[in-house]
Amino acid sequence: MSEKNSKTRVKVENLQKLFPISKGLFRKSTDFVYAVDDISFEIKAGESLGLVGESGCGKTTAGRILVKLDEASTGAVQIRDAETDEMVDVTEINTKDEQKEFRRNVQMIFQDPYESMNPRRTIFDIVAEPLTVQGIGTTEEREKRVVDLLHLVGLTPPEPFLFRYPHELSGGQRQRVAIARALVMEPAFVVADEPTSMLDVSIRISIMRLMLELAAELGVTYLYITHDLAVARYMCDRIAVMYLGKIVEMAPTEQLLKNPMHPYTRALLSAVPVPDPSYKRPEVEIKGGISRSINPSGECRFLARCPFAVDQCRTDPHPGLFDRGGGHLVACHLVAAEGSWTGAERAVLELRS
Amino acid sequence: MAVRDKDGTEIISDLDPDTAEPTEALPESLWRVRLSLGWKAFKKNGKLFLENKIGLLGLGLISIFVFMALAYPILTTWGPWQDTRVYDPVIGFDAPPEDFDIVPTEADIVDPTTQMDVMTAQLWCFGVVSGGVCTIPKKPASPSSAHWLGTDPLGRDIAAQLAFSTRSAFMLGLIAAVVTVGVATFVGSVAAFFGGWLDSFLMRLADLVLLLPLIPILIVMSGLFEVTLPLLGVMIGILSGFGGTAIVLKSQALSIKVKPFLDAARVSGGSQTHLIFRHIIPNVLPLSFLYMMFTVTEAISLEATLSFFGLINVPMSWGLMIFTTQTQGYLRTGLDFWWLLIPAGLAVTLLAAGFFFVGRAMDEVINPRLRAR
Amino acid sequence: MTETRLTSTESGAAPKHAEPNLLEVKNLVMNYELKGGEMVSAVENVSFNIPKGHSLGLVGESGCGKTSVALTLIGLQAPNARVLGGEVLLDGENLLALEKEEMRLRRWNDVSMVFQGAMNSMNPVYTVGDQIREAMDIHWDPKPTAKEAREKTEELFNLVGINPDMIDRYPHEFSGGMKQRAVIAMALSCDPKLIIADEPTTALDVIVQEQILEELRSIQDDLGMSIIYISHDIAVIAEITDLLGVMYAGKLVELGTTAEIFARPRHPYSWLLLSSTPSITGPRRVLAPLEGEPPNLLEPPTGCRFHPRCPFATEQCSAEEPELTEIKPGHSIACWNHEKVPVGLDQAEEL
Repeated sequence: MSEKNSKTRVKVENLQKLFPISKGLFRKSTDFVYAVDDISFEIKAGESLGLVGESGCGKTTAGRILVKLDEASTGAVQIRDAETDEMVDVTEINTKDEQKEFRRNVQMIFQDPYESMNPRRTIFDIVAEPLTVQGIGTTEEREKRVVDLLHLVGLTPPEPFLFRYPHELSGGQRQRVAIARALVMEPAFVVADEPTSMLDVSIRISIMRLMLELAAELGVTYLYITHDLAVARYMCDRIAVMYLGKIVEMAPTEQLLKNPMHPYTRALLSAVPVPDPSYKRPEVEIKGGISRSINPSGECRFLARCPFAVDQCRTDPHPGLFDRGGGHLVACHLVAAEGSWTGAERAVLELRS
Repeated sequence: MAVRDKDGTEIISDLDPDTAEPTEALPESLWRVRLSLGWKAFKKNGKLFLENKIGLLGLGLISIFVFMALAYPILTTWGPWQDTRVYDPVIGFDAPPEDFDIVPTEADIVDPTTQMDVMTAQLWCFGVVSGGVCTIPKKPASPSSAHWLGTDPLGRDIAAQLAFSTRSAFMLGLIAAVVTVGVATFVGSVAAFFGGWLDSFLMRLADLVLLLPLIPILIVMSGLFEVTLPLLGVMIGILSGFGGTAIVLKSQALSIKVKPFLDAARVSGGSQTHLIFRHIIPNVLPLSFLYMMFTVTEAISLEATLSFFGLINVPMSWGLMIFTTQTQGYLRTGLDFWWLLIPAGLAVTLLAAGFFFVGRAMDEVINPRLRAR
Repeated sequence: MTETRLTSTESGAAPKHAEPNLLEVKNLVMNYELKGGEMVSAVENVSFNIPKGHSLGLVGESGCGKTSVALTLIGLQAPNARVLGGEVLLDGENLLALEKEEMRLRRWNDVSMVFQGAMNSMNPVYTVGDQIREAMDIHWDPKPTAKEAREKTEELFNLVGINPDMIDRYPHEFSGGMKQRAVIAMALSCDPKLIIADEPTTALDVIVQEQILEELRSIQDDLGMSIIYISHDIAVIAEITDLLGVMYAGKLVELGTTAEIFARPRHPYSWLLLSSTPSITGPRRVLAPLEGEPPNLLEPPTGCRFHPRCPFATEQCSAEEPELTEIKPGHSIACWNHEKVPVGLDQAEEL
């Protein structure tokens, strides 16, 4: 997986994105939604990081900032350029050439295979768009390149697909086209925003396989955004769990699934339906639904729903990520104090009894 | 084959030979493929359109007028009429002599097209009143084999005027429609895409244009300078383009703007121009064409209104025909001189209706939701 | 919900200790008529039974006919749907033979439905309480008094886990999960014998989904109702149903207890569907992709409808259509080659 190249591909530091809540035309808004609030992570080259959380947790916003569809409010995003092998600060890309270079390097796969393609353009136009807008190659070269890519994503033979419109293709075929479009520039880093969530189960697996095969073959690094932990298990080397704009836990995939530490991760995991009627799930420990984080006060973001909250959680600011070794990071006062979840749970139970 | 930059540096390396099997060049060149795609789409939409009765009716009406527009030059340049100017719509005066029975007083007139009272007869026939019949050139003349729709109060052929005016009606409609669509599509797309103050400015401008009373404005304009038909077309186009049509097309563009394929194009590196011209406008265009049809309808009616007031510098038009009828005092004569009013009035109504029907049918092709299952 | 209570198909004898069937669907055939008179074979010869107090899951890819079955059961099929045959017996009475008006009155009282995306089906200008009351006004006989309706609504809100103070609120004041609960409360307002839940949790986040499924499960136990769950998510079905029907291209290809099918799927499609479902528990096994696309139901494949995508297909499969037959009590499949299907799922690690 990641052992072949341990260079950092993406480095996100203290990324923050606030959306003002509109309050009429002339009044300045003082309320902000903290969509992404001070998150930091690194992705190594060839690695795939999963960004997991419920809807509204800020995972998509974070992904959009990484591909420069949204601007960060504060913080730095650095992505290593494949050609020059230098870290480029995404927020400081201004000139046209820098833009072009960045778009070659970083691409995105969108969630909805039906809405992410212009219905009036042919498959050829769609896949060749990055080449066309950046003026790469002659028409014949582009054609050749598109044919090659359609081959690569398993739309074979490619010729009959070239001049069809998106609505003539099935959902799975469209998502293959979307992958071809993202890979046509051979980017080093791809943000995949729930690429399989709109597909049927049977088609989902072939798309997931394709993405993994291509990642291995072309050395692509993924940021895989999903709400589905079962999918993330297959697609990601590491998983970062987000809650209300914060990363609350980050660990290698199997480690996270076997030994979740943050109370939110534990609740999320126990709520995932398991395709096994004989499986006895642990009880979901938290109640209530997710809300938006508008002008949050300083303490732990998860406090309102946390069944284990102690006094420290109410007084101290939101905990930073505590490294408990093996790349397992948890943002929880209790775990930080006790070193492990079992210790933390025992401590809480003692405190209460 | 690797993809290279303009200056020859390799940007995309060769793909893995295992997966990238050699493929022959495409059998057809790109533009031919696109042409056949366009033709296919046209045929498909055409089929849908032809399934629509109203659309067919509209198309039928329009083709009748196309035939009329073509008829005029034939009428004056071929056949026995080639050397006469009696069918010229403007200067082709032709008043066939006609006998009027002379009746004692005005009160005894039963049919004003064949009878004349003594006083009038003395005036017109200069006292040469023989045998109770006054022979004078008849203007307007009722329909006859020479003048199928009769002549106007100045003795000019109505059928020729009608056919001649058809051309100007088409020209005006076309100019107005193209200008409207051009302006409105651009204004709507730009306002939707950029938003902010530009959007506010363009939309308030649209509100303002909508509030302006169109006919009085055009009347004032025609007072200020000479309004020719092309100019009128451009004026209607601009007013309609910056007004209501822009608002409708902007809302369409807004619904396109939020589609994920715009984000996808952005990630591909598309510039703002690329996004507007390649993604937003092509998706707004079908609606634009629909509004083009409605603009034609509007322009034809407006032209008729303005030339009825005699405000447009145009040799002949349907409105002008009614204007002539009115200035000569034949407007309120009921159906006695029907050929002075009905042909021109009907032409305005039918051509406008024709374009309107086509627009309605296009609406159903464009919005599948309106289509009956 | 013991596993000894098994259902039977029309061909097999009812197992011992079985409760009487609440719903019996026999050989249901439903087509959609297209504009040119072509017929889409949406539901083909579907038969299943649900004993009182049990829940049945219908799974399959989108377009496999699971929603069409549900809509036909409740008499809400699209105007171009043609029910060409079969019976839907609710407590022995054929619902398909009822007049439209009769069915309309029965609908909420006997069978009610929680629709896909029901959270958006509420009218934004009426309070949630008013909308539930409206359903009661139409279907209760005699109409409830204001007090009765209020009491019933409060009871229902408690049942589905919403604070009864929310009765007089408007839908936009509810979160997605709460709207879904309110819709379930509405479906329960006339004490139906059977609820059809079509993707009841699809648009919801996992934690809310879990809460609502839990709620539905306990309501079912408390009220002794039968529920049909329709979902494309086989993991959700595994959680909440005791009987399972797998549909493919308009046909029921496997029917049995959920536990049995998950443990030993015998139809190649069910087997592939289960093999291709990722799970967060257990070893990281190989996920088998299902190649190809679902067939065009305007011209369904000859013989078994699954044969073009089936890894075990033989010549017989493309020629003869397999009927749903019982291979052991309470477990039926429609397949010629079920012995070729491996027992259990591939447990090899790594994708």
